[in-house]
Amino acid sequence: MSSLAATQKAKTVSAISKPGAELLLDALEEQGVEVIFGYPGGAVLPIYDALHACDKIRHVLVRHEQGALHAAEGYARSTGKVGVALVTSGPGATNAVTGLADALLDSIPVVCITGQVARPLIGTDAFQECDTIGITRSCTKHNYLVQSAQTLSGVVHEAFHVARRGRPGPVLIDIPKDIQFEKALYTAKDAAQNRNCIVLPELDRNKIDQTVDLMRHARRPVFYTGGGIINAGPEASTTLRKLAAATGFPVTSTLMGLGAFPASNPQWLGMLGMHGSFEANNAMHDCDLMICIGARFDDRVTGRLDAFSPTSRKVHIDIDPSSINKNVHVDIGIVGDAGEVMEALLDEWNAREAQEKYDDKRTQSWRTQIDGWRARKSFHYTPSKDAIKPQYAVERLYALTRGKDVYVTTEVGQHQMWAAQHFHFDKPNRWMTSGGLGTMGYGLPAALGVQAAHPNALVIDIAGDASVQMTMQEMSAAVQHDLPIKIFILNNAYLGMVRQWQELLHGGRYSHSYSDSLPDFVKLAEAYGGHGIRAETPDELDDKIREMIETPKPVLFDCVVTQEENVFPMIPSGAAHNEMLFGEVKGDEVSDAGKVLV
Amino acid sequence: MTSANPTPQAPSQSVYPVTPEQGEAKEAVLAVIVDNEPGVLSRVVGLISARGYNIESLTVAETDVEKHTSRITIVTQGTLAKIEQIKAQLGRLVPVRRVIDVSAEKDALERELALIKVVSIGEQRLEAMRVADIFRARALDTTHTSFVFEVTGTREKINAFIDLMRPLGLSEVSRTGVLSIRRGVMGD
Repeated sequence: MSSLAATQKAKTVSAISKPGAELLLDALEEQGVEVIFGYPGGAVLPIYDALHACDKIRHVLVRHEQGALHAAEGYARSTGKVGVALVTSGPGATNAVTGLADALLDSIPVVCITGQVARPLIGTDAFQECDTIGITRSCTKHNYLVQSAQTLSGVVHEAFHVARRGRPGPVLIDIPKDIQFEKALYTAKDAAQNRNCIVLPELDRNKIDQTVDLMRHARRPVFYTGGGIINAGPEASTTLRKLAAATGFPVTSTLMGLGAFPASNPQWLGMLGMHGSFEANNAMHDCDLMICIGARFDDRVTGRLDAFSPTSRKVHIDIDPSSINKNVHVDIGIVGDAGEVMEALLDEWNAREAQEKYDDKRTQSWRTQIDGWRARKSFHYTPSKDAIKPQYAVERLYALTRGKDVYVTTEVGQHQMWAAQHFHFDKPNRWMTSGGLGTMGYGLPAALGVQAAHPNALVIDIAGDASVQMTMQEMSAAVQHDLPIKIFILNNAYLGMVRQWQELLHGGRYSHSYSDSLPDFVKLAEAYGGHGIRAETPDELDDKIREMIETPKPVLFDCVVTQEENVFPMIPSGAAHNEMLFGEVKGDEVSDAGKVLV
Repeated sequence: MTSANPTPQAPSQSVYPVTPEQGEAKEAVLAVIVDNEPGVLSRVVGLISARGYNIESLTVAETDVEKHTSRITIVTQGTLAKIEQIKAQLGRLVPVRRVIDVSAEKDALERELALIKVVSIGEQRLEAMRVADIFRARALDTTHTSFVFEVTGTREKINAFIDLMRPLGLSEVSRTGVLSIRRGVMGD
């Protein structure tokens, strides 16, 4: 095509009426979408037909719609872009609900496109009809029922804007089937109207000044960081590192924020919270200045609220105004992007530094105290020569994958905590886990999404034998789409975390927490066309892990670990940060009132 | 962990925060300015009802045809902290443009309109008319045995009117719910 003809085509392209299905794909393309995770069905057939003719967008066929959403989440978290899922009406939409709720709680930008029955059929109990908008209203950041093909492309652009702007989250677009056929003109991204409602207030200079005042006078300061820093982009992680270097303050992080600050840095305290490190939780409890950046004082982090960090001034930096003063009253609440606020703090700190050098003797005794806590080595476990300890398995996995381009996802449960404790991250966007909703079955499909975004990376799903069976069928998607994910199952033949709680709270009565009749994971891997590996002794573990890394196709690794290992340390029920539990506890130790609430 | 037999005052043994609600529940009147589009009312109402709060009164209508915005006025009850949370979370909804806590204003104007049907004869009927006169209620409809009164005022005034009408043959009540606006030149 000559350049003249190309210009001519560009001029007329927006003037051509196209069916809704094609308008949708044009809009997705303009938004930079490279891959869609989806599952076809009656109400999205026109979109799939348009997709058939589209060579710019890759489609990954999942095996269950929940998997499509988790894959989109994995894609989003490992790239910082918006993940896209495409599912049909009725059961397609209801299956997607778990993934939407998961993305909402963990603030993951996802756009989910659902088909809907044709407009005249809405409300008639038509085949595969459900009130998708009503059902997903409370588990999305926003949702749209598209009213006409004319508005479709504008809605898509707005949906992406809403998904990524402010505190990110899932957005759903419900498109009736007749609109997918209806012809209309395309609205370009720049011409589309974006809502004025997600407006970030201007940074409050006074609060920045006050915060730096507190920082320069603090004797026991701590940075409490979270997933907001990851969401603010890799630059925010860099700023955090600079801010920590300038101040010398110790840094801890929530489960969601791991990787924002390098675990190899001496200022790193490790993860905090229920299964966090002794030093992190004690620092939180005893500090006199807590600077919370992009975290939200979740109940797994705070423990008992009335004993939470009783002696500290608290500064909370969050992009979502509703997070501030929600669970914990803070002294200074700053609404803004984590990266920008940290940048402002750093500038102000440096400006003061030019006037008067900061005397780091001020925090000398605090650092000594922290070193004392550190010496407790709270993630320590009793090694075994005969059986593989789950912690040992994660340690070896970490050791043997160091220096590689590694991304880790997890399911939910004991293995997730062991992964968080013993696998360390030096970069953001490398760690994908379901923190807020705690969705068992998240890790395997999330790994698909990560691998689709990073074809040459080593993507490992650290899984449990119970969780992995919730979305096991996605193994088939991995094989079909050549996504060589590694599923590393810490197999203790228990619903481990449930069992641990039953041991602590319910007198060791293991009601329905033993997974009898587990599949033979090696045979299962082979049945799917993947590769199966089993390790049963510590001696063979390293070689088997190497085999897993070197296998160029999806691997199910059945790592048989000791059955009754518990996750420690632990902030027990109803305790404060400085009352951590290390040893074995058995019996009815928790009151009846507490059991109701756990 | 030592508390095998916790006293009733002992803090909860759960890791969920179960700090008892601080402070007394108070009434709040919130005006929410929203884009007038399908589903916006259920978003706003759903957010409040999902927290187990009862909405005592709700009014909604388009108030700016050009900007396509509606004003939703909600009367609800909650502790100060919870009301603040609701306001912040309402502000997070995409179609919500502004949330105004009218009850935080000391002397904001508040009005409600009610239509009240009274069925009675004889002395009761005369008394109903006299009371209506005191309350500056208008009779919109009358038969030999009934009135429909229109009365506007604060909720207290309307409640008082209804109470007085009860022994006089009160048969049906329809109320708009609370409307509110700020005094003076300042807009919301």
